Amino acid sequence: MSTPLMEARGLQLRFGRVAALDDVAIDIHPGEVVAIVGESGSGKTTLLRVLSGLMRPDAGAVTYRGQDVLAMPEAARRRLMRTEWGFVHQNPRDGLRLGVTAGGNIGERLMAVGARHYGNIRAEATEWLKRVEIDPARMDDIPGKFSGGMQQRLQIARVLVTRPRLVFMDEPTGGLDVSVQARLLDLIRALVADLGLAVLIVTHDIAAARLLAHRILVMRQGQVVEEGLTDRVLDDPQHAYTQLLVSSVLAA
Amino acid sequence: MTHDPGYNFAYLDESTKRMIRRAILKAVAIPGHQVPFGSREMPLPYGWGTGGIQVTASVLGPRDVLKVIDQGSDDTTNAVSIRAFFRRTAGVATTERTAEATIIQTRHRIPERRLTEGQILVYQVPIPEPLARLEPRIAETRRLHAMADYGLMHVKLYEDIAKHGHIATSYSYPVMVNERYLMSPSPIPAFDNPKMHMMPALQLFGAGREKRIYAVPPYTAVRSLDFEDHPFRPIRAPHRCELCGSGDTYLDEVLVDDKGGRIFVCSDTDHCQERQAMREAAE
Ligand SMILES: Nc1ncnc2c1ncn2[C@@H]1O[C@H](COP(=O)(O)OP(=O)(O)OP(=O)(O)O)[C@@H](O)[C@H]1O
Ligand SMILES: [Mg+2]
Ligand SMILES: [Zn+2]
Repeated sequence: MSTPLMEARGLQLRFGRVAALDDVAIDIHPGEVVAIVGESGSGKTTLLRVLSGLMRPDAGAVTYRGQDVLAMPEAARRRLMRTEWGFVHQNPRDGLRLGVTAGGNIGERLMAVGARHYGNIRAEATEWLKRVEIDPARMDDIPGKFSGGMQQRLQIARVLVTRPRLVFMDEPTGGLDVSVQARLLDLIRALVADLGLAVLIVTHDIAAARLLAHRILVMRQGQVVEEGLTDRVLDDPQHAYTQLLVSSVLAA
Repeated sequence: MTHDPGYNFAYLDESTKRMIRRAILKAVAIPGHQVPFGSREMPLPYGWGTGGIQVTASVLGPRDVLKVIDQGSDDTTNAVSIRAFFRRTAGVATTERTAEATIIQTRHRIPERRLTEGQILVYQVPIPEPLARLEPRIAETRRLHAMADYGLMHVKLYEDIAKHGHIATSYSYPVMVNERYLMSPSPIPAFDNPKMHMMPALQLFGAGREKRIYAVPPYTAVRSLDFEDHPFRPIRAPHRCELCGSGDTYLDEVLVDDKGGRIFVCSDTDHCQERQAMREAAE
């Protein structure tokens, strides 16, 4: 197999008496979609935050394309954050500028990396609005007025416009209606395949994991209790907790 | 002229002036970077240019010749009081002639006459942070400066064009200093921005309420932000000055009667008078 894009080993992070991460290791390969599933409080969001350098672990190592993420100066990490990485928040309000037009939201990352041609920025924004199924006529509208599903699609366009290699998504379909969720998942699947993105996606939704992910990590109480190819983990769970998780979905 | 013996020279005590000079030196060493300083209470309210006054007080010497302008004019209340303040507390000579001044304190304008080496232009600054309206968290704006992460400022200009068809910012138009720091030029008209570029004079900026000093040393590159297909344009009213006939100066619109009659005249009164005198001499 290819060398991993991102590798983490021995991650530890405690909040008081809670072990949010307890000796976690993970590899993400180029173009690979990895889902993290697990109950509330199991450490999923904390893992994303530590991997993307937003939070420092107590111990462990994270490397991205051979660079030590934890030792990186903040300027270098921020540069990665706006070029090679992307972060899609569960709540689009955390990932969008609600007072800035849809076009300006998409254009921000382009401008942050030096785009200085208004017409070209508009053209890119138009292209991306189409790709996320938003009518380009809405380009100069403020996303505060958009529906939840539209806001989430706009957030995705805003992140993908600079063609990152690695995207972190924290429950991107959480908080949306079921029908809207299905459409968004289809869109994410198509974009990820098209762009050959590596994605680390946190989800409660086993069906979403099955649809999108090549591999699944199951977390519980800060530990990865099981990991493997999606079909293997879901069809033949080894750990008792995974068995419970899968059967509770089947029963529901 | 001598100064009122009831005051220390230029009002501030020597240790305060030393503290402010240290901030100024640091600001000159890092063009466009905002340096915090321990702003003192002044016998004038904020909004009257207490930041500019403290900077002026700290660089002023007994042989300096001081000019003070407000909106280009030497005879507004603000300019007159500041001039009187330094005449009394420092006993320095004052002038209305740009060419004769060694220090010019200003609010809202840069003189039309090209400033020269050895002159100092002191700006009164209400809001030093160019990102203030875009990013309210001060710690975050500092981080953005540290990383030279200025995409957000371009988003603002992008939004201007998307909404108005052109960059509608006509005052406090943001500039890049020495290709490193984003800086607010204080509320001067965008028309004046090009004068900051490679100016032979030293430019000092003082914000009293916000307790910040910043600077542009002589002959430093100052570039107004823009887009390749929407280049920066120094806008002025498309008229000639009614008094001196100038077609390339910044104009104020003045009402001349109560029937709505109005004329355009130079906002820089000294420059206008100089041009009128030249015209008369030529006739
Ligand atoms: N900043 C913090 N301070 C204190 N405790 C925290 C903090 N962040 C997370 N925790 C705790 O760490 C554990 C892991 O939290 P985390 O948010 O990573 O869980 P999660 O798997 O994302 O849960 P959810 O599915 O509810 O989003 C929880 O016990 C949580 O209460
Ligand atoms: Mg979470
Ligand atoms: Zn004139």
